[in-house]
Amino acid sequence: MIRRTVIAAAIAVFVIAVAAGPLLAAREPGPAPAQAAPDKVLAIVNARIVPVVGPEISKGTIVVRNGRIEAVGAEAAVPAGAEVVDAAGLRAYPGMIDGCSSLGLVEISGVAATVDNQETGRINPQVRAIEAVRYDSMHIPIARSNGITAAVAAPSGGLIAGVSCLLRLDGWTHRQMVVEPAAAMQIELPGLRAARGAFAGRRSGPPPADGPALLKELRRIFGEARAYEKRRDAAAGNGLLALPEFNETFEAILPLLKGRMPAMIAVHGERDIRAAIAFVRDENIKAVFYGAEQGFKAAGEIAKAGIPVILGSLYDLPPVWEDGYDALYRNPGILAAAGVKIAFSSSSASLAKDLPYHAAKAAAFGLDRAEALRAVTINPAEILGIAATMGSLEKGKAANIVLADDDILEMRTNIRKVYIDGREVDHSNRYTELLDKFRR
Amino acid sequence: MKNLALPLPRAAAILALAGFVVAFGPRPAAADGGDILIRNGTILTVTKGVIARGDILVLGGVIKAIGPDLAAPPGVRAVDAAGRFVVPGLIDSHTHIAVAGTNEGSEAITPEADVGAVVNADDASILTALSGGVTMVHTMHGSANPIGGPNVVLKMKWGRPSEELVVAEALPTLKFALGENVKQANRTVAAGRERRYPATRMGANAVIRRELEKARNYMARWDRYKKAAAAKNPPRTLVPPKKDLRLEVLAEMLRGERVARCHSYQATETLEFMGLAREFGFKIQCFEHCWEGYKIAGEIAAAGIGISGFADNWAYKMEAAEGIAEMAGYCARKGVLVSINSDSGERIRRLFNDAAKTMKYGGLSEDEALRLVTINPAIQLGVDRIVGSLEVGKQCDVAIFSGHPLSAYARCDMTIIEGRVYFDREALAREREAAAPAAAAAREVGGLQ
Repeated sequence: MIRRTVIAAAIAVFVIAVAAGPLLAAREPGPAPAQAAPDKVLAIVNARIVPVVGPEISKGTIVVRNGRIEAVGAEAAVPAGAEVVDAAGLRAYPGMIDGCSSLGLVEISGVAATVDNQETGRINPQVRAIEAVRYDSMHIPIARSNGITAAVAAPSGGLIAGVSCLLRLDGWTHRQMVVEPAAAMQIELPGLRAARGAFAGRRSGPPPADGPALLKELRRIFGEARAYEKRRDAAAGNGLLALPEFNETFEAILPLLKGRMPAMIAVHGERDIRAAIAFVRDENIKAVFYGAEQGFKAAGEIAKAGIPVILGSLYDLPPVWEDGYDALYRNPGILAAAGVKIAFSSSSASLAKDLPYHAAKAAAFGLDRAEALRAVTINPAEILGIAATMGSLEKGKAANIVLADDDILEMRTNIRKVYIDGREVDHSNRYTELLDKFRR
Repeated sequence: MKNLALPLPRAAAILALAGFVVAFGPRPAAADGGDILIRNGTILTVTKGVIARGDILVLGGVIKAIGPDLAAPPGVRAVDAAGRFVVPGLIDSHTHIAVAGTNEGSEAITPEADVGAVVNADDASILTALSGGVTMVHTMHGSANPIGGPNVVLKMKWGRPSEELVVAEALPTLKFALGENVKQANRTVAAGRERRYPATRMGANAVIRRELEKARNYMARWDRYKKAAAAKNPPRTLVPPKKDLRLEVLAEMLRGERVARCHSYQATETLEFMGLAREFGFKIQCFEHCWEGYKIAGEIAAAGIGISGFADNWAYKMEAAEGIAEMAGYCARKGVLVSINSDSGERIRRLFNDAAKTMKYGGLSEDEALRLVTINPAIQLGVDRIVGSLEVGKQCDVAIFSGHPLSAYARCDMTIIEGRVYFDREALAREREAAAPAAAAAREVGGLQ
């Protein structure tokens, strides 16, 4: 009873704090205002432009109209009447894209009332992250003011965790933030540490999770879903056939099997990676690997299979010590050198802002620096199927632009301005609000 | 089933052993005298500025000279640091690594539970610390109890026996903790069991006060006894008070022989603990985490208390939800002696990255940021006379980075303690290469991927 009261009180305090926060704050970190009028044009001039696709422009102009990039280049003319932003001394980058996060789904990881990324049970293709994204998460403005303009928000846990979504980090509601409501079906094979811990007898509880056995289970579920679809469709065309009972699991899996959505398969060890490559091929699904901590041991095969990899957090120790203390750090460089398309992820909400530093860490351990930058911009855009509108500073793409006073992958670099769809976003966030409130 | 189960642990043991050798390589040879010449590096001394290109001569583990073109006696190993950055070995003011057991959480008051008694020199975290340029850590009792236990300062001498890791010169410290952990707010109480007292911040403060009163009383009883015993004709019935190992530790603190290191999050509990310190006359060396320190930076600075906190690891529990990445820099500028800690066997290897974040969020200079992981923690631990900066006469604890340590692209290439190389990235890579076949064989035996 006491415990319940304490929890209730804690929740009440939190709710009040969150509700009251914006009222107390000097500025509310809401979405940016729309670019004033369709004929209003923005011109960022004198910037060192790092378009990511194509060569760097030492001093150039970016023209933005209707939220899209109209022109980029050293010679691009500033249209008459344009709002001019002088970016002398600054570098212009495309907004970064987080390949996998829990933004909007987790506020305070230790307070269950604020955690919405992990459904109970093992097979949950029917749950959709977009339906739970807290659009005013305190973590979003912090990530955004560090130059991250889009992120995958993913459920996790179990074998099929649910459907992730891709968000632009600006909007009055979560639905306004949607880039892709169904980014991927999140599938999770066991981590190496879990497998090993159980193997070595260090953990009680369920037997060690086995990747190949789980893939076998998935094959069975997929097979049943296909059979279900056949029966359902046949019955739809023939009133004499029995209509199968509605099955939410199969219904939710079918978009994946039909190729309308990729699977993001969390797969970690060398053996599981090989098994997952075969699984993806046999099931003929679109897939992205997530994690792939031992990807460096099967880099050639991953490349050959054409499966891109979204790396997990590099803020981790090597799950297998004999891979070396720096295995997670070296892995991205080895994968990229083998021809695998890689992207980084924060795999976090509270530290989603750190996305660029995972890339830099990999660069410190062998990944080409230019590729490190691509792996937080154009690569995730390509992997997520949105490269036509995001991931680089190119004519026709959404004006997601970051102005930074130095290399965007450096911790010490200050981000001066962030534009999403041509709108300058508010830099205020939980950090700045609290500091302003308590500054004496 | 039983028969099948038997080989598994054995296979795992073989695998673990092989993994150990492959991952870490052979342990360093006993003693090479601690003589070394580090040549041509960019030297960030921390306290004496930057030397664009210079040498450091180390004899017997101590820095003998810093300057251009130094000559070493014959036979002294020379390390070429051309194009690299030589910085003082990083110091982590708050960790829980290299010990067998962290929390004596079965009771709320355990000042007798000394972390220094269970140093584990085989903890792989020592190697991960070294791989991030960390040479010294303050390994602390956990935060399960309002009064935890004494902590220990260790050098990361991988491969050396436990007793050689302990830094005897360090200030004796005692762990205190407040807030959610000690009131066990995030813990489910098993059915039929009582919740441990204290379960509120009121209770936490009350039990600490109670113990301090008991310690005072204990000291007074001993004083009376000693006085009576020293008299010309001590009464024949005189017996000493019962020795109390808990109160002995608190008495050390009240006598000023030991300082408090207090895990705190909220401003209120932090201020209240400062009140207790004033009332009972003990020294708080540092608040740990202190995520709301920015709300009371002036008070903390005025009391001469330090903060050992995170760069930006936050929002993992309710009391960490008002942590801001500006905390360290803001408090440092308000005059608080701040260090950045890892509190983790993983974060410890990117302490230099965490320091760099205070430039962006706290507006600190390169020099100020670097201090947060070198001289400032050294001062907090009372070892700034021997380490924390590169100065003639100090022990040569050094990290050599591939680039400026505050760059995200920098990599620690070598870590040296008292003139001996304990981490050498290139040598490790070569050993890993050489041991690869053995590792593959071990995998076969273990049947793991």
